[in-house]
Amino acid sequence: MSEKKRVDQPTGTETVGHEWDGIEELDTPMPRWWLWTLYATIIWAIGYVILYPAIPMLNSASEGLLGWTSRGEYAQAVSARETELEPIRQALVSTDIRKLHGSPELMQQAVEGGRSAFKVHCVQCHGSGAAGSKGYPNLNDDDWLWGGDLEAIEYTLIHGIRNPDHDQTRFSQMPAFGRDGILQPGEIQDLVSHVRVLAGREKQSAAATRGAVLFEANCAICHGPDGTGDRTQGAPNLTDAISLYGLDRASLTDTITNSRYGVMPRWGQRLDSATIRMLAAYVHSLGGGEKLPALEKTAATPVESDGDEQS
Amino acid sequence: MSSPDEIFDPELKLYESRKSVFPKAVNGKFRRLKWVIMAITLAIYYVTPWIRWDRGPYAPDQAVLVDLANRRFYMFGIEIWPHEFYYVAGMLVMAGIGLFLVTSAVGRAWCGYSCPQTVWTDLFQHVERAIDGDRNAQFKLQDAPWGPKKIGKRLAKWSVWLFIAFWTGGAWIMYFADAPTLVVDFWTGQAPFVAYATVGVLTLTTFIFGGFMREQVCIYMCPWPRIQTAMMDEKSLTVTYKDWRGEPRGSVKKAEAQPGSFGDCIDCNQCVAVCPTGIDIREGPQIGCITCALCIDACDSVMEKVNRPRGLIDYATLEDAELEKAGKAHNPVLKTLFRPRTILYFSIWGAIGLAMLFAVGNRTRIDISANHDRNPVYVQLADGHVRNSYTINLRNMENRPRDMIIGMTELKGAVMWSNAGSREGAGQTLVTKVPADSVARLRLYVAAPGDGPVREDFALTVTAADDPEANDIDEVFFERPETGE
Ligand code: SF4
Ligand code: SF4
Repeated sequence: MSEKKRVDQPTGTETVGHEWDGIEELDTPMPRWWLWTLYATIIWAIGYVILYPAIPMLNSASEGLLGWTSRGEYAQAVSARETELEPIRQALVSTDIRKLHGSPELMQQAVEGGRSAFKVHCVQCHGSGAAGSKGYPNLNDDDWLWGGDLEAIEYTLIHGIRNPDHDQTRFSQMPAFGRDGILQPGEIQDLVSHVRVLAGREKQSAAATRGAVLFEANCAICHGPDGTGDRTQGAPNLTDAISLYGLDRASLTDTITNSRYGVMPRWGQRLDSATIRMLAAYVHSLGGGEKLPALEKTAATPVESDGDEQS
Repeated sequence: MSSPDEIFDPELKLYESRKSVFPKAVNGKFRRLKWVIMAITLAIYYVTPWIRWDRGPYAPDQAVLVDLANRRFYMFGIEIWPHEFYYVAGMLVMAGIGLFLVTSAVGRAWCGYSCPQTVWTDLFQHVERAIDGDRNAQFKLQDAPWGPKKIGKRLAKWSVWLFIAFWTGGAWIMYFADAPTLVVDFWTGQAPFVAYATVGVLTLTTFIFGGFMREQVCIYMCPWPRIQTAMMDEKSLTVTYKDWRGEPRGSVKKAEAQPGSFGDCIDCNQCVAVCPTGIDIREGPQIGCITCALCIDACDSVMEKVNRPRGLIDYATLEDAELEKAGKAHNPVLKTLFRPRTILYFSIWGAIGLAMLFAVGNRTRIDISANHDRNPVYVQLADGHVRNSYTINLRNMENRPRDMIIGMTELKGAVMWSNAGSREGAGQTLVTKVPADSVARLRLYVAAPGDGPVREDFALTVTAADDPEANDIDEVFFERPETGE
């Protein structure tokens, strides 16, 4: 212990008494204010611990004199945001949806709100980019089974498709031609050929010609004599390039044999009308929305004038 | 463990109270230089935000403005957007190299003359002298018991300090908003909370750092002294006490009594008395010295009085010191200032500056950045076309609204429309109005026939409708599904 400390001659300061390879460290005193600063931070910390929840107890932390909780703060933020959004929701509900695009700003707000709601309620079936998958429609394209203007989309959202126990739901049913014995397997293959000719996937053949006759008798009532479909009953257009269940032979055979019965929930039951409107606007905005008259050339919607996006 | 007694035992010296430093007033060429630099730097600081500059109706008419809300930085004719932040980075690099340059040439000149801590401390010390008197009076007043006179003087001094500190904090926020508007808002309680908070914090720190902590900030808190030392070498000018000439010290009387046995230093302690950091330069170079050269002024006037040559304390390089000790002539000052190291620093500094000036002069004030949307990558359309979508940011960096023409390089049979248009009205180009000084974001749809390569490169272009010279291009690609069922 207390070996005599050396005093460094040039500075007159004591050394700490250790030496490493001939180098000694000066024992320069800390400034006193530094000590007071340290005490002040300790006092600050104690105050903090008393005011805010901090000390771990058996089941939870101490409550803190201010009664602050992170959940409370969150709830406050959420309700503040909701109050802020209320006028927009009001305006949305009170505007005729067919005239929504007349107010680009409201439309924009609806689209943004719908973007969030979509992430919560719709991505499970339609995918996060709304691109769908086999049996789940791609909402980005321009092919609509039940109509693709704002009003039709909203109706679909509210009432759903083939929703049981609901009389306003979009409803139609294709017969299971094979399973119910309406058509024989050979006939079904002929029909498949014809449908593929309609869709431009196959060249005309004898089978397809036979299929055309069958189509006339069994399918034309819904899909139309030329196969262009009928939106009032959600009968798909068979002549375009898009198909919900696939246009390969196997898929078509399956469709005609067993029929399809796609179901979508009716969201009118679960979401308020403002949210549904937002969803409709968002889905409409994805690129395939119909009957939106072109606005003027001020095409761009100015966003907050920042420039931090990646170039 | 140390007991509290041990901690506070002055003998143990674990902690040390600040020793009061009351520098004596001094006159001389370096003091005058300090006055000039102080006047210039303070003037720049307080006046700059009030310089007006016509920025059109879309931004405040302020020459130097850091507009945090809109993320813009205005400096006279130069306007910097966030994506051009490298200009600011470039200025910081220049400031760094500038510091290398200055330090390698003249040591810690930054510390001694233009560091805000130095400038404001100096200002506060002048106030102190004006109210309390010079060094000795200040010591006396400090030791005097509290009475009406002392209380009055202290209150007067602190009020002036507080006023300066407040003024300082107030000037700072002027850089972040339109100054005249902000002043009105500030006094009518309309300014944002952060303005009051900033003024509060800066007032407090200026008051404490300039009034009470002074050299403690330089010695204990500031990292510069540590860094600057590393930039100096034996050819850097620094304040040097010429011990080979001054030692051993002795008063004029002693020297007369025993001629030849004393050096030039008469041990009058003037150099210590004037030192704003309270150090004794005669102990050699040390971290507390900010190279303000006030001790040179002090000693020179003493030398003049006792009829000895000036320059006992002087700006000298280590090399000069060795030469002088050996009785040889100094290197010429010019050779000290212009040597490979400083020339190299200067060239780098100048090159960066020129490059930035060139870049600023040549930048276009219109910009497109396009991102191919990936979710989904492409969309099959009913008529067999394929559609890709792009998120486009159009920047209009001029302070007037502009029509911009979006176009594309060859993509066979392709048409484009935006989220506000429709495919019926689609064409090869699209005109969009972008408001002044802002970014417009739009979604751009491009549809092309489905038969083509799976991935095709092309580019989106933007041209100002009123000036074909103002244009920009961004390369993107068009994606199609793999063919087959
Ligand atoms: S020693 Fe001289 S140069 Fe250094 S800080 Fe003191 S007065 Fe200034
Ligand atoms: S001012 Fe000059 S003469 Fe006086 S003590 Fe300092 S170095 Fe010596």
